[in-house]
Amino acid sequence: MARMTMIEALRDGLDVAMSRDENVVVYGEDVGYFGGVFRVTQGLQKKYGKQRCFDSPINESGIVGTAIGMAVYGLRPCVEIQFADYVYPAYDQIVSEAARIRYRSNGDFTVPLTIRMPSGGGIFGGQTHSQSPEAVFAHVCGLKTVMPSNPYDAKGLLIASIEDDDPVIFLEPKRLYNGPFDGHHERPVTPWKKHELGEVPEGHYSIPLGQAAVRREGADVTVLAYGTMVFVALAAAEETGIDAEVIDLRTILPLDLETIENSVKKTGRCVIVHEATRTCGFGAELMSVVQESCFYRLEAPIIRVTGWDTPYPHAHEWAYFPGPGRVGEALKKVMESA
Amino acid sequence: MSKAKPLSLYVPEPQCRPGETPDFSGFIVPKAGAVRRPDIDVAPAEIHDLAYSIIRVLNREGEAVGPWAEQLSDEEALEGLRNMMKVRAYDARLLMAQRQGKTSFYMQSLGEEAIACAFQKALKPGDMNFPTYRQQGLLITSGYPIVDMMNQVYSNARDPMAGRQLPVMYSSKKHGFFTISGNLATQFVQAVGWAMASAIKGDTKIAAGWIGDGATAESDFYAAMVFASTYHAPVVLNVVNNQWAISTFQGIARGDAPTFASRGLGFGMPSLRVDGNDYLAVYAVSKWAIDRARSGHGPTLIEHVTYRAGAHSTSDDPSAYRPKDEVTAWPLGDPVERLKAYLIKKGAWSEERHAQAKAQIESEMVQFQKEAEAIGTLHSGSGPSVREMFEDVYKETPIHLKRQRQEAGV
Repeated sequence: MARMTMIEALRDGLDVAMSRDENVVVYGEDVGYFGGVFRVTQGLQKKYGKQRCFDSPINESGIVGTAIGMAVYGLRPCVEIQFADYVYPAYDQIVSEAARIRYRSNGDFTVPLTIRMPSGGGIFGGQTHSQSPEAVFAHVCGLKTVMPSNPYDAKGLLIASIEDDDPVIFLEPKRLYNGPFDGHHERPVTPWKKHELGEVPEGHYSIPLGQAAVRREGADVTVLAYGTMVFVALAAAEETGIDAEVIDLRTILPLDLETIENSVKKTGRCVIVHEATRTCGFGAELMSVVQESCFYRLEAPIIRVTGWDTPYPHAHEWAYFPGPGRVGEALKKVMESA
Repeated sequence: MSKAKPLSLYVPEPQCRPGETPDFSGFIVPKAGAVRRPDIDVAPAEIHDLAYSIIRVLNREGEAVGPWAEQLSDEEALEGLRNMMKVRAYDARLLMAQRQGKTSFYMQSLGEEAIACAFQKALKPGDMNFPTYRQQGLLITSGYPIVDMMNQVYSNARDPMAGRQLPVMYSSKKHGFFTISGNLATQFVQAVGWAMASAIKGDTKIAAGWIGDGATAESDFYAAMVFASTYHAPVVLNVVNNQWAISTFQGIARGDAPTFASRGLGFGMPSLRVDGNDYLAVYAVSKWAIDRARSGHGPTLIEHVTYRAGAHSTSDDPSAYRPKDEVTAWPLGDPVERLKAYLIKKGAWSEERHAQAKAQIESEMVQFQKEAEAIGTLHSGSGPSVREMFEDVYKETPIHLKRQRQEAGV
């Protein structure tokens, strides 16, 4: 089995999807000849030709709008938005169109479309290259929202997204492209080549959308995390010595309610971690879900650790980023009532 | 140093407002037959003049003249007339039904019937329209069951949209009619994407995008144009300029450009302007653009010049913003009357036969309406199951939605 970076795994996923189904087409800004600014689509144009992998004009609404038209025709487009921060011009096409076409046409038309976009901070990208907009998509019925945390999941979830018959928002935590970053920005990152989740099987496999993964079993507290925060949470658990059960949601929506509920009922405590801003962040929904179904099993108030409610600052990136120190403090606090 | 004068914002106004005499003197109408007809593979740069004129076939005497004439047989033109009459009769029934409280909302296409009816006539089965809310003529011309259109407007138990959509937001893949959004301009880009897909797959089908004059101001209009132009998409992009976007006159969207068709020139796209109240001209221009797209010569922008003779919708009162008699002053006349006059002049039709056909169509509409109302209207009879509310959000209902359906008790 080959060890891959997340970029290589995503590329492999696209390659597998394109080789198995000639209706899969890939396009976006700089995606064709050059292979994308993060090089995820490198080599695909050469292998599959210009009609299936090409450069698009810089117009996100146009990219998604045309992809909806293609999906309606019968293709399975997988388009790239260069940074998640750039997706908003396409928001109307995603929210009012892609998400509702099956519903409003009573199933007459459907939109099997995947929209990939690198998200999250930790790369000194400032406020226009660091956002985590999962909540603005999770709020929209008709969309599925996915965020892998490692190469193995990235490939399996991307293939599942492309094969899904509904529109999928596929967020790629770009700080994890090259290794399982745990928030210790002062240290070098372990490359995926040296991590077991960097092991990516050849050929086709898929990970069902809507299934979380337990990254660390534990008895004391459940940590709900996804994307970049998974390895931060794992580091915090190791560093505090608190026996946390770390759940990697993998799919934001549909949410794996059973895995979450079973874990919190077992541990009686819950810490929710995400990089996005706090107010109306996806953590608010997670908190409600846990409160609604596990209230009588909770032994302490649920705590959220998130990005602050400010734009992502350039110079103060690490003061903004919810690193292992902040997550560790939350773990300690939630255990105080023990 | 001279002192600069304070700037002031220019806000354009229509020629006239309620209480004033309608004035279309600034609206230049070329003679029927005056505009040349280029070959379908013409280089766009060679036909810039067509974006500034108006292609017309029917003259004031009811004759079809010039290079765009003589394309439809009398039988076909008669079929076109009947389709326009059906749309008008259908609209009249449903407008009345809304007034009677049988549904929440309605939008008629009075005065614009030629555009959708003639365009659909020029398409082939398998082609796909991405319409707005005023192209019911596409569906009626393609033979979609009128009673199902009524079922949709009534949101009753046989509503093909299961009660989920606002009245007139029809959908039928089989009839080449993409589900209507209700948001503006989004479908214009989607039409281009559908056409690109047809080209990617080596198909021979083409797409048609539809947009109103007001919505050309949306960013998606330009998104559609840049993608269509860049990839030579086999698509016909139709702008229906009916002069009014609810209460806003077309100059607010057009700005200082002389025409909407001229928007296409910057994209290197053939851009034609046609008399939208002239069934024969709309057919000829549409056929030209459709044939061009199907032969691999890329997209065309068509501005259909017409006049919205009715209110924007049943929620609108045009007497508040435009002169009541503006429609009678509109220089391009009425599409039904003009095609009728042509057929009578040719000896293929008569006033008597027209009156007879009108009565027959109206009586058919009454029958269809009875059939639909026997099932139900928005507030009475049998409606779609509440369970339908939870279906088709996704292909498979996820657990959180199943729980909500349980909570709703359906």
